[in-house]
Amino acid sequence: MALSLEEVRRIAGLARLRLSADEERTFAVQLSAILDHVRQLEELDVSGVEPMTHALAAGESPALRADTVEPSLAPAEALAAAPAREGTCFKVPRIIE
Amino acid sequence: MTVAATELTALSLREAGAGIAAKAISSRDLVEAALARIAATDERVGAFLAVTAERARAAAAQADQRAAAGERRSELDGVPIAVKDIFATKGVPTTAGSRILDGWLPPYDATVVQRLEEAGAVLVGKLNMDEFAMGSSNENSAFRPCANPHDLSRTPGGSSGGSAAAVAARQVHGALGTDTGGSIRLPASFCGVVGVKPTYGRVSRYGVIAFASSLDQVGPLARSVEDAALLLGRIAGHDPRDMTSSTRPVEDYLATLEDGARGLRVGVPREWFQGGVDAGVEKVVRTALRTYEKVGAKLVEISLPHTKYGIAAYYLIAPAEASSNLARYDGVRFGLRAEAKGLRDMYAETRARGFGAEPKRRIMLGTYALSAGYYDAYYLRAQKVRTLVRRDFDEVFRSCDVVAGPVAPTVAFKLGERTEDPLQMYLADVFTITCNLAALPGLSVPCGVDGATGMPVGLQLVGRSFDEATLLRAARALEREAGPLPAPALAVGTMPGSEH
Repeated sequence: MALSLEEVRRIAGLARLRLSADEERTFAVQLSAILDHVRQLEELDVSGVEPMTHALAAGESPALRADTVEPSLAPAEALAAAPAREGTCFKVPRIIE
Repeated sequence: MTVAATELTALSLREAGAGIAAKAISSRDLVEAALARIAATDERVGAFLAVTAERARAAAAQADQRAAAGERRSELDGVPIAVKDIFATKGVPTTAGSRILDGWLPPYDATVVQRLEEAGAVLVGKLNMDEFAMGSSNENSAFRPCANPHDLSRTPGGSSGGSAAAVAARQVHGALGTDTGGSIRLPASFCGVVGVKPTYGRVSRYGVIAFASSLDQVGPLARSVEDAALLLGRIAGHDPRDMTSSTRPVEDYLATLEDGARGLRVGVPREWFQGGVDAGVEKVVRTALRTYEKVGAKLVEISLPHTKYGIAAYYLIAPAEASSNLARYDGVRFGLRAEAKGLRDMYAETRARGFGAEPKRRIMLGTYALSAGYYDAYYLRAQKVRTLVRRDFDEVFRSCDVVAGPVAPTVAFKLGERTEDPLQMYLADVFTITCNLAALPGLSVPCGVDGATGMPVGLQLVGRSFDEATLLRAARALEREAGPLPAPALAVGTMPGSEH
């Protein structure tokens, strides 16, 4: 199954990735080959099979902790690695054009 | 203290800890020996992305004080270790092998790092890896290649390549890695060390940079089964910060380690010997299976019919989860930001510059598999196949206690050999991937050397959910018979600069 350049661009847009023209061509070829390989799943009859939607062992359930306030990162620590900040906020480029 | 540095670095983790306890050696000597060994060898090996020498020296001094005061915290107290650069370390650069995190200083420690440091282990650095743990050869590291200490022209395997190489090269006495589709077991096999991927939920993932959250698991790499058991015992157990970490008590893995394999039913899946297993690898693995018979285990022929679909299911599920997990690298809160006019362009430009080819490829694949119109055909079908893979194991564990076979179809391949063909690279994981899909524990234990290349071969064992104790006991039974593998050439004799 060949993935078109147009489709590669559409997916890159969804993934917020800017691809070079070279990358678009390479990915079209490579992703097509990978998708060809994964199509072998179509050989299997999966009707009536439940999807495995989590990886917990049989009998295990997620361990939720008590709903109590616990210490977390101070604002200064949380902001320390931000590429741009203002006051106690992360700063981003203009959102509304 | 006059033990040569080369002798110190050759000690097992257990021996090093016991030496400190007996006051025969000091943590300072061990740490200096490890740092000297890294300085002498790592230009060629490339296992480290960061060496935390000053921090390690300070920690060693404290460990020595505790030893003098008779207040050692654990068997690991004072012993040099290192961790894959996927674990957050407070104030120490953590990159996940990616440019997008270059220079990032995490504000907290991963739970496993915290647990090892609480036990007194001395962190000497952060280890090389494929970018975001995506790869089977460590060649996807954005920073530097890593070589196999047994043959520098070959890969150490991936994605925890630096972890396996550092342990094999006697740079540290033990290491942590992560395994999403084979990323601990494959490099362990390629480098001739022990590597354990625990049951999903056995070890906390808090502070582990996420790749595929339903598959990722943390585990130890070490030079002996005992050392791996020791490390696993320290890092395993419930963590309130990871909802998927199990509340089951952690077994005492050392208590049953020497109990042998008599009466153990070892399942041998016929599918693990089909489809391109190298003759040399098969020979070594078959010999290991005969060893099990010799020590009183029973070989049982079994079938895991969905083995061949593992790669296909994995390469939909893991990229789908990755595309979601890697959405957080958006240039806002931490990591790289590329300047652009609007927000959307800033995202796209940041991610274009920050991610290497493999993360981009997987983000694309995952985004496609999850996108409107394809979700049912790809992602949902893959999850159903995952159920079938899990059922395969449920079925065979009625008639056997562990499953045994090769870790990979080949020994360590040459650097550069598979970088042009991603699919070819993915196929290295054909035998390890189903264990992750089924969320089961697995390990690689060295079982011999390939005649043609002289490279190490690992035996893979997969066990029942949360039955790491049986897995480790079975691995130890083989290790006891097979004996230690020859140390890599790099580690033999006295290297210039390795004495102090």
